[in-house]
Amino acid sequence: MPDNRYEKTPRPGQEHFVAPPEDVRVGVVDAVDTSEAPSSLWGDAWRDMRHRPLFWASAVLILFVVLMATVPSLFTSTSPTECHLEESLGGPAAGHIFGFDKQGCDIYARAIYGARASVTVGVLSTVFVVVVGTIIGSIAGYFGGLLDTLLSRFTDIFFAVPFVLAAIVIMSLLQDRNEIVVAVVLATFGWTSIARITRGAVLGVKNNEFITAAKALGMGRLAILGKHVLPNAAAPIIVYATVALGTFIVAEATLSFLGIGLPTSTVSWGGDLAKAQTSIRVAPEIMIYPATALALTVLSFIMMGDVVRDALDPKARKR
Amino acid sequence: MLWYIGRRLLQVIPVFLGATLLLYGLVFLRPGDPVAALGGERGLSPAAELAIREAYHLDQPFFMQYLYFLKGVFTFDMGVTFTGRPVVEVIAQAFPVTFQLALMAIVIETVFGIGFGLWAGVRKGKFFDSTVLLWSLVLISVPTFVIGFVLQAVVGVQLGWLPITAGRDPDVVSLLMPAVVLATTSFAYILRLTRTSVVENITADFVRTARAKGLPRNKIMTRHVLRNSLIPVVTFIGIDLGNLMAGSIVTEGIFNINGVGGTLYQAIIRGENVTVVSLATVLVVVYIVANLIVDVFYAVLDPRIRYA
Repeated sequence: MPDNRYEKTPRPGQEHFVAPPEDVRVGVVDAVDTSEAPSSLWGDAWRDMRHRPLFWASAVLILFVVLMATVPSLFTSTSPTECHLEESLGGPAAGHIFGFDKQGCDIYARAIYGARASVTVGVLSTVFVVVVGTIIGSIAGYFGGLLDTLLSRFTDIFFAVPFVLAAIVIMSLLQDRNEIVVAVVLATFGWTSIARITRGAVLGVKNNEFITAAKALGMGRLAILGKHVLPNAAAPIIVYATVALGTFIVAEATLSFLGIGLPTSTVSWGGDLAKAQTSIRVAPEIMIYPATALALTVLSFIMMGDVVRDALDPKARKR
Repeated sequence: MLWYIGRRLLQVIPVFLGATLLLYGLVFLRPGDPVAALGGERGLSPAAELAIREAYHLDQPFFMQYLYFLKGVFTFDMGVTFTGRPVVEVIAQAFPVTFQLALMAIVIETVFGIGFGLWAGVRKGKFFDSTVLLWSLVLISVPTFVIGFVLQAVVGVQLGWLPITAGRDPDVVSLLMPAVVLATTSFAYILRLTRTSVVENITADFVRTARAKGLPRNKIMTRHVLRNSLIPVVTFIGIDLGNLMAGSIVTEGIFNINGVGGTLYQAIIRGENVTVVSLATVLVVVYIVANLIVDVFYAVLDPRIRYA
């Protein structure tokens, strides 16, 4: 057996870096308050984010959209489904600031009430995707071996089908369509990225010392996965989920626009855009309102994901 | 190299079988009987019904039907549309148009995406950089069909610069606007991807070395920064083909182009489920094959992949 005592390169797990004493000023070391817990990843991120105007802009927008989706009557007292054909394509009037669409419905009220369908589908599909993707990805990453191979190939199969294309195929076959159905269909082919991200994050976390410590203390494997591995792998999942919420809203609008998303009886931005298309030559301005509402909603979620990612990435923060 | 291609080919087989089985299973589980629907109100005579069921292998169990379907895909026999035209003929006619449109979109999105991304990455933190970054998010947020209608209304109808729709046998000019629309979202992604990797590479050790040994700036940018930044972009183009296909359904529908996407759009609008599924399956197969080609191409570009 060779003697490793004089080996220059440290063995795995032993590569601790000790700064030479002349590099570290004593004052800096003394100034560290040891009674306080070291700042956490999310604490650092929060300190970074609260100075960024983009974070506040998207936070306010998201709050606004969620409020619109939950209590639309806060913004308008006009019903979106009370339409008068004699007002068809009528311009702005008292109490109807954006005017009327082809059916004589109030455009402003429809833009407000349309938030509910989009937000419901977006939130539901994101929840489904996160649950399924996290379970499959963390099992594959944490247990490894044959289970990992099988689950990863399973993920590959779903990944090979472009998700909007798959959603179009399934939705065109379904008769009963509502928010839940659309969310499930979008999630069926949309979970693969989350599974891959979770698997990667779990693989990065699972060989840390604190996991070994938990194992040594006799903690069960599932308990370690839930209590120690997943919370430490959550950051990239949350970032991706925020952006995915925006993408799901766009996908729902595209499906509704094609006429295979939500039924026409549901007030939705995608459906309104499809209707506005029929009168685009005579009244192109009708399209602006649902389109702007849709774009601002998606933008706020994508922007939020972007800001959070920047704040969580220590590499980006240092520069 | 050959070893890598062989391994990659082997990986495609389960993915191809799984994806087609998935799509085929979905159609199979669909409620309603297509044969009974053929007869209309009066219904078919039992003999005719039996003949049709046998001709389309509908009397066989699910798995046998799937095998017949696979045989059809490989022998270019994918049934007929509602109007009686063979699906293969429709695809053969529509595919060149879609191919041209997708190619134009890819050229537009890569040239402009890499250009703007490189420029923004070099000027990191400056006004141009932050403006471009914000606008790229806006482009990602606006659905393709909205961009399509706005461009159609402004550039086509009001300014009259470009044709509003591309009819039969479209030329490059009439495909220009649809290609730009199709390219917008991916353009924004490529821009952001290029910018991120340029920012990363510009501070890399090898760039500092190149600078230290006195290489001129534009040579550093093209040889060292840009070349290394292109690796993630090539990967993205492979994944992006899927977005382009879904996007082409909407774009070709809006601009009335007789491509695969446009045919699919018309079939969706008319509720022709069979055509929708067979065309979508073809697109999925094209997507899988195209990704295989991109992966092989990628291994040629980056020797690190080959030996991994």
